[in-house]
Order: sequence, then C-alpha cells, then structure tokens
Amino acid sequence: MSYTRPKFRHPELIKNKLGYTVDYYEGALSTLCAGCGHDSISAGIIQACYELSIEPHRLAKLSGIGCSSKSPAYVLSNSHGFNSVHGRMPSVATGANLANKDLIYLGVSGDGDTASIGMGQFVHVIRRNLNMLYIVMNNGCYGLTKGQDSATADQGSKNKTGNINLFEAIDLASLSLELGATFVAQSFSGDKTQLVPLIKAGLKHPGFAFINVISPCVTFNNNVGSTKSYDFVREHIAATSTIDFVPEMTEITAKYDEGTTKKVKMHDGSFISLNKLSQDWDPLDRLSAVTAIHNARAKNEILTGLLYVNPDCNDLHQMLRTCDKPLNTLLKSDLCPGASMLNEINADLR
Amino acid sequence: MSLIENKVNDFVVRFANVNGTGSASANFLFTKAIFRMGIPVTPKNIFPSNIQGLPTWYEVRISEKGYLGRREGIDFVVSVNPQSMLNDVQSVKAGGYFLYDSSKKLHDQYIRQDINYIGIPLMLMCNEAYTDPRQRQLFKNIVYVGALAALFEIEFDVLEELLGEQFKGKEKLIPANVKALKLGADYIYANFKYPLDIRVERRNLIGNSIMIDGNSACGLGAVYAGATVAAWYPITPSTSVVEAYNAYAEEFRVNKITGKKNFAIIQAEDELSAIGMVIGASWNGARSFTASSGPGLSLMNELLGLAYFAEIPTVLIDVQRTGPSTGMPTRTQQSDILEAAYASHGDTKHVLLFPSNPKECFDLTVDAFDLAEYLQTPVIMLTDLDLGMNDHISEPFEWDDKREYNRGKILDAAALDNIVKFGRYLDVDNDGIAYRTYPGTHPTKGSFFTRGTSRDEYATYSEDSGAYKRNVDRLIKKWNTAKDIVPAPQVYQDKNKSEYGILFFGTSQCSAEEAIDLLNQKKIIVDAIRIKSFPFNKTVQDFIDSHEKVFVIEQNRDAQMKSLLLIELVANHQKLISVLNYDGMPITAENIFNQITNQILSLKSSPLKEEANGKKNKQNSITN
Ligand SMILES: Cc1ncc(C[n+]2csc(CCOP(=O)(O)OP(=O)(O)O)c2C)c(N)n1
Ligand code: SF4
Ligand SMILES: [Mg+2]
Repeated sequence: MSYTRPKFRHPELIKNKLGYTVDYYEGALSTLCAGCGHDSISAGIIQACYELSIEPHRLAKLSGIGCSSKSPAYVLSNSHGFNSVHGRMPSVATGANLANKDLIYLGVSGDGDTASIGMGQFVHVIRRNLNMLYIVMNNGCYGLTKGQDSATADQGSKNKTGNINLFEAIDLASLSLELGATFVAQSFSGDKTQLVPLIKAGLKHPGFAFINVISPCVTFNNNVGSTKSYDFVREHIAATSTIDFVPEMTEITAKYDEGTTKKVKMHDGSFISLNKLSQDWDPLDRLSAVTAIHNARAKNEILTGLLYVNPDCNDLHQMLRTCDKPLNTLLKSDLCPGASMLNEINADLR
Repeated sequence: MSLIENKVNDFVVRFANVNGTGSASANFLFTKAIFRMGIPVTPKNIFPSNIQGLPTWYEVRISEKGYLGRREGIDFVVSVNPQSMLNDVQSVKAGGYFLYDSSKKLHDQYIRQDINYIGIPLMLMCNEAYTDPRQRQLFKNIVYVGALAALFEIEFDVLEELLGEQFKGKEKLIPANVKALKLGADYIYANFKYPLDIRVERRNLIGNSIMIDGNSACGLGAVYAGATVAAWYPITPSTSVVEAYNAYAEEFRVNKITGKKNFAIIQAEDELSAIGMVIGASWNGARSFTASSGPGLSLMNELLGLAYFAEIPTVLIDVQRTGPSTGMPTRTQQSDILEAAYASHGDTKHVLLFPSNPKECFDLTVDAFDLAEYLQTPVIMLTDLDLGMNDHISEPFEWDDKREYNRGKILDAAALDNIVKFGRYLDVDNDGIAYRTYPGTHPTKGSFFTRGTSRDEYATYSEDSGAYKRNVDRLIKKWNTAKDIVPAPQVYQDKNKSEYGILFFGTSQCSAEEAIDLLNQKKIIVDAIRIKSFPFNKTVQDFIDSHEKVFVIEQNRDAQMKSLLLIELVANHQKLISVLNYDGMPITAENIFNQITNQILSLKSSPLKEEANGKKNKQNSITN
C-alpha cells in the first residue's frame, strides 16, 4: 500500500528564496488518523522549512517508533529519512551528525519514545548539545499500541478506557532545562502561529533545540478528563510571549514596545524576536524559565513559547574539536598513516 | 636436587603479584628481554575483576620450538603475594623452583620437599636501598627481575637497553632501575648456584616479528581503515581497543597547526547508544565502529537487527570473555559465537571474523570495514580476552599504499543523474547487493526513507507479502555472495593425509598446532583447517566432507561452532566431535591432545574402522 498526493496545486503559490513553492517541502501522504495533532506539527515543519528556504536534501530527518515517529515520512520527500527503533533516535542522530556536520538534523519522537524507552538517550543527547532540532509530539499516550498511558500523562488524568493515571508526569521541558539544554520551547499542535517560528528558530539554533509540542491523539486520548485533549489544552494554555523568527539581514519593520520586546541574535545573524507577555521571565535566563514553568503548573496552565535559549553555546563538534570538513568527506590521504609509518610502528614493537 | 632435565629455552614462569603494585611493567621487562634474545615467548595475564589488592598472575612460557599457546606445569614461581602463597607453592611442578621474599621466615606450611626454594629478602633490600615508600614497593619488582636475569642468564645489556627505551625522555629514572636489577642479580651471585638448569640462551628464532596485544592491533587497524567515528561503552576486555584507536588517532589524525581532529570518539551512555551511533554515522557515510564484550553484545541485539534489515554497514569488535551474564569478566572464552551469528529477532545472520593473532586483528579490522560497506551489513569481529589483552609475538603489520578503501556500491550526484529511477533495494547487479546513497547527495534524486519495517524495492513502506519475501530472499542472495568474499580458511595441507581432521579458529590456533605435533609424535596424523570467517565458504564443507571424523576445537561449553557448522553446512552431527575448553583459561595443547587421543581410542574400539575404510552411512555411538 503506498500513498501519493494529488499533484494539482494552485498556480500562484508563492516561491521562496530558492524558487520552491511550499508543496516542494511535502512528503508522502499521511496515514495517521484524521485530526491527529501530529499531522499539524508536520504541516508546521513543512511551513518552517519552506520559509527558511532550506534545501530539503541538506536536511536529514530521524525518528524512533510510534505514530509520531512515522511522521517524518510525511514531510520533505527529498530529504533522507531514518525511522530507527523505539527510543534510539538520539544515538542514531548523534552518529549521523558526527559523520556530517554540514547537514541539518531534525529528530521527531513521541512521548513514549522519549520519556520512557528512550529516556536514557534523550538525557545524554542533551548533555552532548548535539546540533539538532528534537521535536516531541506529546499526546500523553502510546498512540501506535492503542492508547496506553505514557510517562507524560498527567497524574489523575483519565484516558479513553476510563483509567485514571496514578503516577506523576514527567515534564520534558523542565527536565531538559535542568539537564542544560540550550534551547527549550513548548507549544501546541493547534497553534501554528506560534509553532512555525519556534521550529524555524530551533532549526537555526547552533546546538540542541528541544520543542515539546502537545499533540492530541484524537483516537485514544482526546476525551474529557485527558489533559492532552484539544479542549483541555485550549483552555489551559498560557504563552510566555509571542514569537517571531526574523531571518538574517531582514530589516525589522514591526514595532515593539521596548520594555516587552526581546531580540535574541542567532549566530548567523538572524533574530528571534520575542514579545514578552510576562515580565518576570527572561528567555536568556534558565532559572527564570524553570520558575515560570513551575508557576504555570501550579496554576494548572501549560506554558508555551520559547522558554529558554543560549545562542552562544558550543555544540558537540566544537567540544570534540573535529575538523572543519565533514568527517564523511575525508579521504584515505587524510586518514591513513601509510606503509612507512607502519614500518616505524613495527620497529617500536620489536 | 633438581628433578627437571636440563631445559634451555623451554619452561614456564609464573609471577604471583598483587593487583596495582606496579608489577606489570617489571614482568613485561622480563618477557621483552627474552623476546629480544630471539627466543619465542608468550605471556598471559591472569587477573581478577578488581583494581587493587587482589592476586594477579603473569604466566610466561618460553619455547624454543615456538609453541606459543599456554602450557600447564609451572617450572618456576615468583611469589610476591602472601595472599596466594599457599596455592602458588602447590602450583610448582615437582623439581621446580619457588622464589619468595625471605624478609620474613617462610612458614612451615609453605615447605615442600620436592621443590627448590630461592629466598631473597626483597623488602629488606629495598628498604635499605630506597627511602621513598612508593619506590620501595616498585623496585621490589625490578629486584626480582634482576635475580631472574642471573638465574636464567638473561643478558644484562638487553635489560638495560629496554630500560633505556622505557624511560626515553625520563633518563633520570634509569640509574635507579639499573641499580635495582643489579641488587637482585648480585644477591643471586652471592648466595645461590647459578645459572639454573632451566635457563635461556640467545637464538635467532623471532625474525622480524613484533610483540603487541590484539586490542592495540584492532585500534591501529581502525585508524588505517579510515574509521572516523568510534562510539563505545567501557567493558573489559574490550576497552583497550578504543583506547588504542584514540592513542593512534591522536598521533596521526590531529592537525598540527589547528589542533583539530580527523576523528570523533564518543563514550556513549550504554552499548545500545554506542551501536546506534555507529549505525547513524555509517548511514551517513563515515566509517564507524564500536568495541564491546558479551554483555554489550546482548544489549546491541535490536539495533544489530535494524542494521541487518535496513542494510547499514556496522563494524563491531567483540572481545569475548567468560559468560554467561557477568560470568568471569577477566577470563577468556569463545562463547559469543551463536549470539553474534544470529544477533536479533527474526531471520537475521551476521558476518563474523575470527582473528588468531595481532597481525590478523589488524588485517581483519581493515577487512571488516571493507566487508561491512561492500555488503551493507553488520560485521562482527570475534576476538577474545586472551588475544586482546595479552602480548603476543606476531608477524609485523603490513600495509600496501595502493590499497583503496572499498566503500561499496554508492551512487553520487552524477551517477544519480544518469539513472531514471533510483531503487534503494533494487538488485541491479543480481548479487543481492543494492546501491545506496548518502544523505545530502542530490537535490531531487536518491533520497529514501531508511527503516526497519518492510519496504519494496524503492524503499516505500509496504506490508505486501510478496514485497517482504522478495526483500528477505534478496538478503539471502547477498549472504551467498558474501561466502565468496569473506576471508578464506587456512588449510594446513595441500592434500588430505588422514581420515581425521581438526578444525579450529581464533586463539585456539597456537595450542591446536602444537597438539598436531604431539599427535604426530604418537603416530596420529590429522589434517587441519582454521576458520577465519562466517558465512563458511565451500572449503569448510569440503574439509568436512573429505574426512571421516572432524574434531572441532573451541573454547566454550556448548560447542557453539559445531552447532553453527551443523546449522549452516551439510554434515552428520556424529561426524563432528567436540574438543572443548571452557574454564576461562586459554586452551592448552596437552588438553587438546588428551581429548583427541581419548576420542580416537574409543572410536577404535567402536565400528569406526570399517566406516573409515569407506563404508558410508553407518551410525555409531560416538557423541561428544
Ligand atoms: C522495543 C519495542 N518495544 C515496544 C514496541 C511497541 N511500540 C511501538 S510504538 C510504541 C509507543 C509509541 O508511543 P509514542 O512514542 O508516544 O508515540 P505515539 O504513537 O503516541 O505518537 C510502542 C510501545 C516497539 N516498537 N519496540
Ligand atoms: S492513534 Fe492517535 S497518535 Fe496515532 S495517528 Fe491516531 S490520533 Fe494520531
Ligand atoms: Mg505518544
């Protein structure tokens, strides 16, 4: 069974800097349930890559296993993809990134894939500040295995079978802040206006960028009592700021009220422009982000937006001091010490 | 009162030390000096899974005939560990020697009438000669080496030369070491009859051989093979593979001006992650590897299956140790064979390589990368603790500068432009090996979705039974292609001379070859084959077919290689007779000899003779 998308497109679609229209960034037709939050996030990824004028083949998309992990197939069909095994995407992405530092790495995972089976790898990929965007499509359940509670399901929340979750939820955003992630954001699959600039900023971030996106599962976890349902999220969402991603060399035309606007300069000259809604929070200050999340949680709110960013971080390659050329382009002449050196080594071993 | 006949260049010395007291470098000095005198010598570390304080032994076999396997029967014990002294006294052969620290009087329980005692007051001598407590401890080791030099007639010049090399750049340390050597030697000259009947004599039997451990050879091989990404998780006895890779890469792969590195090493959070990184890097076109041991291999199973099914080159060096579970982590075994051959669920099989010596560790590591990339599949190299962590005399390493890396079937942008439709899993060449592309190659052609789920020839997800079956059948075709590519076995004879064959691999080689000589001395002639790889190529089948009985020598309890032969080849299981060793110590020639002669005796008293005379298809009652 394979799916193809109808080829017809409106003739007047706008082209990006590379001359591509948005449909150039699409992938195979989704096989997820109609209305699944994951599909909206995929649409956000497509839009962000289009707006950033990314060459699709210079981006590699990786995932684990789950409904969410299937979704890389539904975006960017000219990108290489790697649907690995359950919970192990971070290691595969680490190896891939080490081999070629010149590509953009997009990792997609689920809450089961990340917060349970893959927790170890998630924690360690953060520590290594791997240059990638890591998106968790968080629906509070295991979609693909038919709706079991996941470790991000809120304590006391009720799943479709009426089960009440007994256990404390793992909050992936605070955890990643705690672990030293250099870009942490939270969003909602239904809020494209906020999500697209976050994805763009995350793709541009020169280290590990994490976006936890609440993404309702319409089939198994969209019921009354679920804290990951469309209705609940819409009612309890609180934003830190409105966010805009301003590409390099773009004149800033929008007017912001000085006191509430924060511009974060990225290494390539682009900006993230944040129009802060809350005064006691600063996106460059990890502690205030942690506090803001805790305060929101106390009020039963889901805090969204860019929570923290450190644009001046060193990624794994910088820490390891790897050469400027991608390792996968090095030739025998760069790598092999040769026969005469081996003879010297032999001599030392006699 | 020596009971041992005059033994020049043919004896075993065992050093009984305490872990972490600096004995290792002194013991190595002893071994290296004998090597420098042109005499075949083989040391084995026997050490606990502990850092400091427990007994360790270092056993050195000296063999004029060049037998480099372990030998039972200890001629000389150097005892500097009170904790193990009782056992050490018992371990000496009748007529052998026991060197001990006589600073304190030897207790009666350590006295045997049938061995010779050489008491040297090591502690008192060192307390007198040195003031620093650490030096007092360290130089005790050098003092006994000096004493051994006098007793065995090891050339003093050679020892001094070795110290000079060891302390190159730290010449200040040389005189104190030489002084310690002399202290030991002089004590012997003054108090004992020397040299002993067991002693060494300069020979020219080493040729241009080198001495190195297998793990270092693997690490060096990975540098020569062009590996750029290493991911690993520490585990004995494999750790020194990546440490060696790191050391050689730091030497040869760092830009002298910028300090930037042409390699990346990650100590992963576990073995799942290590192998995942290798898979990711290889998928993205870098040569990448990991090294581990049994417990790590167990963890890696799921991802090895992914690499097999998604067809991603993956190089894994498994330095085997004694299982199951944590087993005896610092003892040797060849017991991961079946685990490695069929690692992961579903119909999976993996290419295996079995090096026997450091030269082969180097060569087969380089081959592993070529094979993995050419076949687009995991290649698992099965070495073991004995090979990996002990120094061995080996042929020198060789490298042909004309040798190119075989990166396998890869399409670049130009090649993609020349084809109509790229099919990642399309068997274009009819050998089961399809073409792959690296991410980032071409804007519109050659991208595909790599996955562990079933797919069709164009890498499109598919649950169609036909597509699934075509794919797994192609993988078997690829497997058959591999049979002609993997390293061929070593066959010891041009033409069969016997109805008996022996089959072995890896570190059983030295002892197996010695056992062949022992059998010959008893007028038992056997043919021999040494396997270097799996899948087995046709030569292995032919060898089994052309012998009445084949003794399969291996170092595990369950006859894993025999099982693998029976699964993968056509053979009657009664034809294959196991010769096993699984106590954690390297197999000895004597052990092999005894097991084979016992088996042959019982075969002779059974109807085998008729069968051997040509009557086929008879069952007999011999099993292993
Ligand atoms: C090792 C292993 N164990 C179990 C599974 C079965 N499994 C597939 S998807 C999944 C859970 C996915 O949940 P999540 O990551 O939240 O993704 P979602 O489907 O909710 O998007 C599980 C347990 C598996 N594929 N591999
Ligand atoms: S089961 Fe849930 S998560 Fe999976 S596709 Fe359907 S709606 Fe999405
Ligand atoms: Mg989920």
